Amino acid sequence: MHNFEFVKPSSVADAVSALAGEGAQALGGGQTLLPTMKQRLAAPEKLVSLSGLAEMTGVSSAGGVMTIGGATTHASVAADAGAYPGLAGLAAHIGDPAVRNRGTIGGSLANNDPSACYPAAALGSGATIVTNTREIAADDFFQGLFSTALDEGEIITAVKFPIPQASNYQKFVQPASRFALVGVFVARYADGVRVAVTGASEEGVHRWSAAEAALSANFSAAALDGLSVAADGMIADLHGTAAYRAHLVKVMTGRAVAAAS
Amino acid sequence: MTRVAMTVNGKAVTGEVEGRTLLSSFLREDLHLTGTHVGCDTSQCGACVVHVNGQAVKACTMFAAEAEGADVTTIEGMANADGSLGTIQQAFQDFHGLQCGFCTPGMVMSAAALLKENPTPTEAEVRAYLEGNICRCTGYHNIVKAILAASGQSVPAVAAE
Repeated sequence: MHNFEFVKPSSVADAVSALAGEGAQALGGGQTLLPTMKQRLAAPEKLVSLSGLAEMTGVSSAGGVMTIGGATTHASVAADAGAYPGLAGLAAHIGDPAVRNRGTIGGSLANNDPSACYPAAALGSGATIVTNTREIAADDFFQGLFSTALDEGEIITAVKFPIPQASNYQKFVQPASRFALVGVFVARYADGVRVAVTGASEEGVHRWSAAEAALSANFSAAALDGLSVAADGMIADLHGTAAYRAHLVKVMTGRAVAAAS
Repeated sequence: MTRVAMTVNGKAVTGEVEGRTLLSSFLREDLHLTGTHVGCDTSQCGACVVHVNGQAVKACTMFAAEAEGADVTTIEGMANADGSLGTIQQAFQDFHGLQCGFCTPGMVMSAAALLKENPTPTEAEVRAYLEGNICRCTGYHNIVKAILAASGQSVPAVAAE
């Protein structure tokens, strides 16, 4: 790994200042960034640690909305997001216990790995991504593989999740990496159902609008019977063909609906 | 270089580290606590698991500078004060929970973290918690038995999955 300047600010304002300029990058829990740097796929000149910023840590709920600080670890979300069981359950199955103790929700969303779990929860909940400068709707935030609406130096300080009536996340794990080969997050709100798919598409996380319409009319796995998912644009690799992933999208959606609570 | 200070196994330690110095490197090369093993260096195998402020983390996937001010426990901190094996360590010996022993430090540290969270886990909970700890010798059965025994539970004949 190439060396870099390590900076540990004590406030969001200091972190924003430290991130100004070329070659600086934010460090969340580092569970993706460190392995990436070891492979020299990333070589920032300065890393600005966001862990330990109290103003960006913790889970709270008010008025039907759960707010999670950007530096909150997966383990904390799993333990403290009981008011949104679909989200807590998703967080409890990311990586392994040691990874969950370091990895953060803000880091995961900012990275937008096409096989990561949190993007499905954020998009499937119609969440709002809060940064140091603005609020971004999840529908506008995810912009393809490893690409988001974040500007250089912009920090995810919190994520606001409207708490649904029922929700569930079903992950079909890729057996080697344990990332989602296909993951589907289903959330039922008073004004309709949202379905977000991760792991499957070459465009990254996306909504399945046909399933949303069918499930909004009839929230049961049977409502999906007449639907099919096109293999066009699905990821194909040694773990599964595009057609296999397309098939899994429907299967996992059905399981999520059946399990939603 | 950055000066770091932390508590490791109850003792205050300091050192000079680069930004890129991993916690595993600091423990092994600066403090000579070589019980923390580095198997894969890609956060998959779990041989490097230590506790930072009571939580299991992979020491190869955390910068030493991030542990500034932290309370770190390594496998060297798991023995009893008189040097005899701690409860979990002794159970690994009693139930032959190791063969080559390379993964054992991480297994013991993960087991300790599990038993702190969940003092009487089921066999399935033990297996699920060890998702991030890889052993290529034992087939896991004796590791699972050792952890169940260390929790004070009777050890059933663990069925092969």
